[in-house]
Amino acid sequence: MISTMPKGIIGKKVGMTQIFTEAGKAVPVTVVEAGPCYVVQKKTAAQDGYAAIQLGFGEKRERLVSKPAKGHFTRAGVKPLRFLREFRVEDPESYQVGQEVKADIFALGEKVDVVGTSKGRGFAGGIKRHGFHRGPMAHGSKYHRRPGSLGAKGPARVFKGRKLPGHYGVERVTVQNLEVVRVDAGRNLLAIKGALPGPRGGLVLVKNTTKAR
Amino acid sequence: MNLVESLEQEQLKDGIPGFKSGDTVRVHVKVVEGNRERIQVFEGVVIRRRGGGLGETFTVRRVSYGVGVERTFPVHSPRIERIELMRRGLVRRARLYYLRELRGKAARIKDKR
Repeated sequence: MISTMPKGIIGKKVGMTQIFTEAGKAVPVTVVEAGPCYVVQKKTAAQDGYAAIQLGFGEKRERLVSKPAKGHFTRAGVKPLRFLREFRVEDPESYQVGQEVKADIFALGEKVDVVGTSKGRGFAGGIKRHGFHRGPMAHGSKYHRRPGSLGAKGPARVFKGRKLPGHYGVERVTVQNLEVVRVDAGRNLLAIKGALPGPRGGLVLVKNTTKAR
Repeated sequence: MNLVESLEQEQLKDGIPGFKSGDTVRVHVKVVEGNRERIQVFEGVVIRRRGGGLGETFTVRRVSYGVGVERTFPVHSPRIERIELMRRGLVRRARLYYLRELRGKAARIKDKR
């Protein structure tokens, strides 16, 4: 039932809820609207140096599509799509250009990796960004959330890679080895155990996990 | 209705009596003993009902052999066979945590009429 062939789908994070198992346990899940995706292009080792399929997801108005992109979609015989992402597969020939990929490529209980873009936190301090400890908030202390020492006096400089405040979030995050708890092929919904990166409505890529042997 | 709500809707149970804090209920819980399943009844006063949708829970308090026992159940849990509403109580707040400090006669709740 569980194949080890790499596969993937593009989806939209809908939100979190919980699902009761038959044993009565409430499992926290994130609902992903996965697909329908369409194969727009096949990349082969002979032509492109690597094997992959390009999937498209989401509607886009005809008027907003540039001419080169329009040609790309017409060649594949699909409607214009908002997002294009590539997935490495072993054998692109097992897919047809224009083929529909739906949520039911994943089975119940399968383990998946999910890639998303984390929520933006702007310019964040060391505590939020790197998990620094804070200073005392009271008892005469005026040293609350500052980063502390930046290093020894000897080198007379700050070493590269020193953890400091700065921009945090809006980065690619992969969460590995999550369980698929429910598959609704009709509505193209996947319920994946646990939290996924990014805001509701954010784009996520769901692949079968690299952890499985 | 958004997708999450509609997914929750499928799992919501119907036929749950509209009980509130202060009411006395009898909760029929399925328990697994070894490989046998049976139904256990837990009767007591509802001291809290919180949350909404699928995540809604309630807490039942009873005093058993002089020891206060509180159990929190998800309202829509499949482990709950049914909930019986025994008495409606007259209370003036939604969270009856004050009952924890009271014993015997003082911990009674007036009936609603």
